Amino acid sequence: MLDLLAKFREIELEDFELEVKDLELWLESGGALPRLAVPQLKAAPALKPGKPTELMSVPFVPPVETYSGTITEVKLGATRGEGGTRGRSITIGGETCPAFYSFERPMLHPPVITLDVFDMEVPLSKAVKMHVKDVVGDPAAWAKLAVEKFGADMVTVHIISIDPLLKDAKPKEACKTVEKILQAVDVPLVIGGCGDPVKDADVFAEITETFAGERFLISSITRDMDVERCAKFVKKNGHVALSFTPMDLNLARELNRRLYDFLGREDIVMDLTTAALGYGLDYAFTNMERARLGGLMGDVELAHPMSSGTTNAWAAREAWLKMSAEWEPRELRGPLWEVTTALTLALAGVDLFMMMHPAAVKTLKDVTANLVSGKKADACKYLDWLSVKS
Amino acid sequence: MSEKKGKAGIKDLSPIDIYKLLPKTNCKECGVENCMAFATKLVNREITLEQCKPLLTKENENAYIQLKDMLKPAIKEVIVGVGDKAVKLGGKLVMYRHEFTYSNPTAIAIDVTDEMPESELLERIKKTENFRFEYIGYTLRLNMIAIRSISNEPEKFKATVKKVAENTTLPLILCSLNANVLEAGLMAAPGVNPLLYAATMDNWKDLAELALMYNCPLVISAPNDLSLLFSLTKTLTTYGVEDLVLDPGTFQNDGLADTLNNLTMLRRAACKNGEELAGFPLLGVPMVTWADKGETADEIVKWREAYLAGMLIVRYADVLIMHETDGWALLPNTVLRQNIYTDPRKPVAVEPGLKIFGTPDEESPVFFTTNFALTYYTVASDIENSKLSAYVVVVDTEGSAVDSGVAGRKLTADKVAEALKASGLENKVKHKTIIIPGKASRISGEIEEASGWKVQVGPRDSSEIPKYLIDKWQP
Repeated sequence: MLDLLAKFREIELEDFELEVKDLELWLESGGALPRLAVPQLKAAPALKPGKPTELMSVPFVPPVETYSGTITEVKLGATRGEGGTRGRSITIGGETCPAFYSFERPMLHPPVITLDVFDMEVPLSKAVKMHVKDVVGDPAAWAKLAVEKFGADMVTVHIISIDPLLKDAKPKEACKTVEKILQAVDVPLVIGGCGDPVKDADVFAEITETFAGERFLISSITRDMDVERCAKFVKKNGHVALSFTPMDLNLARELNRRLYDFLGREDIVMDLTTAALGYGLDYAFTNMERARLGGLMGDVELAHPMSSGTTNAWAAREAWLKMSAEWEPRELRGPLWEVTTALTLALAGVDLFMMMHPAAVKTLKDVTANLVSGKKADACKYLDWLSVKS
Repeated sequence: MSEKKGKAGIKDLSPIDIYKLLPKTNCKECGVENCMAFATKLVNREITLEQCKPLLTKENENAYIQLKDMLKPAIKEVIVGVGDKAVKLGGKLVMYRHEFTYSNPTAIAIDVTDEMPESELLERIKKTENFRFEYIGYTLRLNMIAIRSISNEPEKFKATVKKVAENTTLPLILCSLNANVLEAGLMAAPGVNPLLYAATMDNWKDLAELALMYNCPLVISAPNDLSLLFSLTKTLTTYGVEDLVLDPGTFQNDGLADTLNNLTMLRRAACKNGEELAGFPLLGVPMVTWADKGETADEIVKWREAYLAGMLIVRYADVLIMHETDGWALLPNTVLRQNIYTDPRKPVAVEPGLKIFGTPDEESPVFFTTNFALTYYTVASDIENSKLSAYVVVVDTEGSAVDSGVAGRKLTADKVAEALKASGLENKVKHKTIIIPGKASRISGEIEEASGWKVQVGPRDSSEIPKYLIDKWQP
């Protein structure tokens, strides 16, 4: 089982090839599938008057709506030409309808995934650890693995060594870590702090200035920080602020309003707090869905792209705990917990996912790629499920 | 949209409109103080219309019919099965969760076939019935058995349905496109009110007759063709079949966008536009991942089926047919279903203060946790299940969990010290030691300083509290 999961990506690729071959075979055989015969009822009673004898035709008209608002587009990362060093920049947001309502309008920018990298050892669940154990403690190698092997669009550097209650590392040391990661990968970066409002501001000040023009997403600016100071250094050095609030849309609006004094709307992404499946996902889902609908209805203070700390899924004990045999293996249950959390929030409108497990990342990428592909269902094969041999 | 009737959405329904039609006797027979309060409860779906006895008299018949129509949910409620395990499908009042609590959680059916060896058949039924997970005071379960005819032979299907009906009281879905096969199944299990799958463009007349003759709910399947689905729905309702479930098809990969679009369009048409042809429960079939299986490893097919099920639960499916029975795949989905179907008005925080478990004395352990509802209920159920006697101080963290509370400064040493002081525990225990959550270990020193209590860092997860107390607790 462990091997199976470790080889998840490879298996997927092999399967894809197999499916293509199957499809070719199927096409060669003429494409006609055996259909179940539908004999007439033997003793069908005579039709009562009023019962239709022919199918009555009623057209379905798609219930398309118009929205007065548009979600702001925000560009993350900057190339050399744009004043940074990244291989490419990534734009999120720009929605003109609810998430994946492609019957209304196509999605301009599909969701983006940024993988977590920590600058020191942290407690990790077994299912996650098995994939990153060789790089824990070496953030540059970890970032490379995330991009090259796991397909991350971006990398989040969690600089937790600066925590006054942990190593209390200096801002200059944090810059060194960031520099190493910039050298190792060429994707846009998210810079994560330790959660201490004073220390984070000091470190963010140093990083934004040292790497001016890179258009990092600074994660995060909270209500208890010196919002004016933070917004100013983010703006001055050409970065983007992640406006973080604890699951309350009024607080989100209020913090965004404070940021507008210094930052453009296109410089703000919001994080409305992600709770794990089973541990408050319902609140997170509804809060985000309301924010997105509000933004589309013209509430500009909520019309920002949304980011989700989907890694929080692992805070649910059912994601990592060894349980009785009927719920095992946790090596599959854990990443499925993360995927389920991610997909639920994708349907609420999240634009940027901060994630952890490679299998969860792969699935979210596949699903969103399918959802924006513009491809159609193969309806004539649908009822085949009835006769699947078990 | 020929059927458009402009039914009032839940948001447009005001207690005044309801009150106007009530008898206005303020008789209190319904148990409510007056008719206006009764009207408010009706709008909030906290009471049923039939509890107003004067309304059920002949003279108020017209008002009753009008009220019944005003209060009719956008999505018809369809009952499958009989007895206490019967499931209600649909009955939804709204499209979006924040508008009103979703009623009738998505029913999950597990499939069996008429070509399965009997031992496997019985094993799957047992597994479905025994699926059980205790989660913050709720028991999560599976709900139905779907029987597929692979043989297409009436006698074989009949024998299988008989065997299933003898071994379970779970509601059944009988699956075949052949009316003769379905009828054989219906005869094998009389009176169990199964859901019939499915009427299509080709067999609708025969299926309509079956549904009427046996008085059963019926699924209409029109894969990725909503005009056909509407046409069939119109035809069958005109035919006299009232309890319908709609299946616009479930497709993975290339068809995923169509799948979500169809379900979303149908639900919006019903809830926002009052479109009656869309006002029926929706069916999803995550087990389609098994139809394209090919050489794919079973675990991968299960994985795909599981996440597809999750998306369908979020996007409006009222009933799902699944093939996998593995706990690792079903657990996230049953938890998701519970989450999505909770009351969205339920507060995110519990009352802070001192909570007492069992019969603690001066030697009993003292814990603290946050007032985030999910954290509190998890800790509470772990302590309750272990039958320990303990004091738990619930600190007001404005609804933050422990880790996010520490990170976001909602859980600070000062707040812990303050809550500890307010609890009065200083005079109730001799040891003056507090066990703090493992995830708050960062602030252990600060808590000792601010409170003057001795701090012991407890486990990172409250499931380990019983073991921790055995290993580490010495009052």
